[in-house]
Amino acid sequence: MTDLTKLTLAEARDGLAKGDYTSVELTEAHLKSMDAHRNLNAYITETPEKAMEMAKASDAKRAKGDAGKMEGLPIAVKDLFCTEGVQTTAASHILEGFKPEYESTVTSNLFGNGAVMLGKANLDEFAMGSSNTSSYYGNVINPWKDKSGKDLVPGGSSGGSAAAVAANMALAATGTDTGGSIRQPASYCGIVGLKPTYGRCSRWGIVAFASSLDQAGPMTKTVRDAAIMLGAMAGHDAKDSTSAPIAVPDFEAALTGDIRGMKIGIPKEYRVDGMPEEISKLWDNGVAMLRDAGAEVVDVTLPHTKYALGTYYIVAPAEASSNLARYDGLRYGQRVMDDGDSLDDMYMKSRAAGFGKEVQRRIMIGTYVLSAGYYDAYYNKALKVRRRIYQDFEGAFGQVDAILTPTAPSAAFAIGENEGDPVKMYLNDVFTVPASLAGLPGISVPTGLSAEGLPLGLQLIGKPFDEETVLRVGGVLESAANFTAKPAGQEG
Amino acid sequence: MSSLDKETVRRIAYLSRINVSEEGLSELAGDLTRILDFVEELQEVDVEGCEPLTSVADLTLPLRKDEVTDGNIQQKVLSNAPMTDAGCFVVPKVVE
Repeated sequence: MTDLTKLTLAEARDGLAKGDYTSVELTEAHLKSMDAHRNLNAYITETPEKAMEMAKASDAKRAKGDAGKMEGLPIAVKDLFCTEGVQTTAASHILEGFKPEYESTVTSNLFGNGAVMLGKANLDEFAMGSSNTSSYYGNVINPWKDKSGKDLVPGGSSGGSAAAVAANMALAATGTDTGGSIRQPASYCGIVGLKPTYGRCSRWGIVAFASSLDQAGPMTKTVRDAAIMLGAMAGHDAKDSTSAPIAVPDFEAALTGDIRGMKIGIPKEYRVDGMPEEISKLWDNGVAMLRDAGAEVVDVTLPHTKYALGTYYIVAPAEASSNLARYDGLRYGQRVMDDGDSLDDMYMKSRAAGFGKEVQRRIMIGTYVLSAGYYDAYYNKALKVRRRIYQDFEGAFGQVDAILTPTAPSAAFAIGENEGDPVKMYLNDVFTVPASLAGLPGISVPTGLSAEGLPLGLQLIGKPFDEETVLRVGGVLESAANFTAKPAGQEG
Repeated sequence: MSSLDKETVRRIAYLSRINVSEEGLSELAGDLTRILDFVEELQEVDVEGCEPLTSVADLTLPLRKDEVTDGNIQQKVLSNAPMTDAGCFVVPKVVE
């Protein structure tokens, strides 16, 4: 019998439909793989009993001739999505033991479409990070190894989701992306990650980090899988006022493989100083693949690119400082308090004990840039530069259908590297942050290996609500690159 | 170039309601200054006539009828609270 964990989402869907195996069998195989790879620490909470219950219910549902878009398919859920009755931590100590009384809209949509939850995937604390080394529940280890064999980061913040998919511990996973948290770990782990347009998926029930940027999306083995899963996650939700009241297209139908005559933009500002030769070459190869497939390659300019990171590291912490004010030790989460303490004492002790270092730094930077006397110089200025960045993309999309860039400036690095200097860690997001600030859809597709044998991804950025073009071009890039490498032990 | 001193960090920490030790204040002063230096380059961007972009969602906020749509979930609201009594959250004494 074939190893059921090595199937793609699409293959598993079709196999279930043909009756080659059941959801119970698929789910059992993945639970076994989770046991075998527990050293990667990809999951904070495993939910094997719930998974088996959901799988049995799914098989029964299918037997009645009623199958949803993701019927019977076992997935990992980033532990930033509130799941009813299942601990939801955001990888923070402050939420340890928190069991939501409600289900996030995205997980509710997925389960309504038949998906089976295997567990809650690890992440950077409150999704703040690019290495998954800030989780209170420990680092996630990338299933890929470089030649030295040392442990590498999976990227972040959706590092557990990416590692789970790369190590075949889930057919697919949900991620969230605020500045690159789906696309960068997808690149580091050799999988596909799609950040949809801001507003495509409801944010209701997702632990908030930066509300004007946060967006949920699929992390999968293939572009087709991303199309299937996005279709099962997306849709208007009255409970999120920024969720777009527009119909969800058939994303899979967009995968025609035909990009003849399409215009693909190459932004010269992304060729940053000191870009490693192998990233530059990866990008050039991608350009050649799209040109060979009949696309027209056009130079575009996004002049404010160099200011995107600075803008992001004002806007995101500002919003975080406001969102994270809710952790007060009163209504949910950890409370630290001694006899005779005032309300302020309790707030200050609970938040000091509950939040990790990076989260504390970001709350404080955000508080500072919003405080009297600094608001205009920092926050308001950043919002104006954000509009300039948005306008850059508007200009570029007047000429092209999609934009091709590298996803990240490097391959996965060793755990412990880039620590100690917060700004150095921030530079990992240099290519993903601009599209986040502009709310645009972006996909990372693995297209090559580094000299160290690690996966590298290219990013395609599209127009607002044009995930279909992003997926179509991504599909062509995937076929042309024919990226078949797998981490050791996961070869097909 | 804005360098944060310890007293400023103490004030930010209080505004953020996060307890920070004396040694922590110095370390944070360094980290936060480093981040502020990093974002300093925004000052050179010409934003003359540019409106702040607060949201990319091209929407006017939707309106709905002002009516009660849920409720009667006291137990659910309280179920994750660290301390409750008689159907209420318990807070430290705030009035002497």
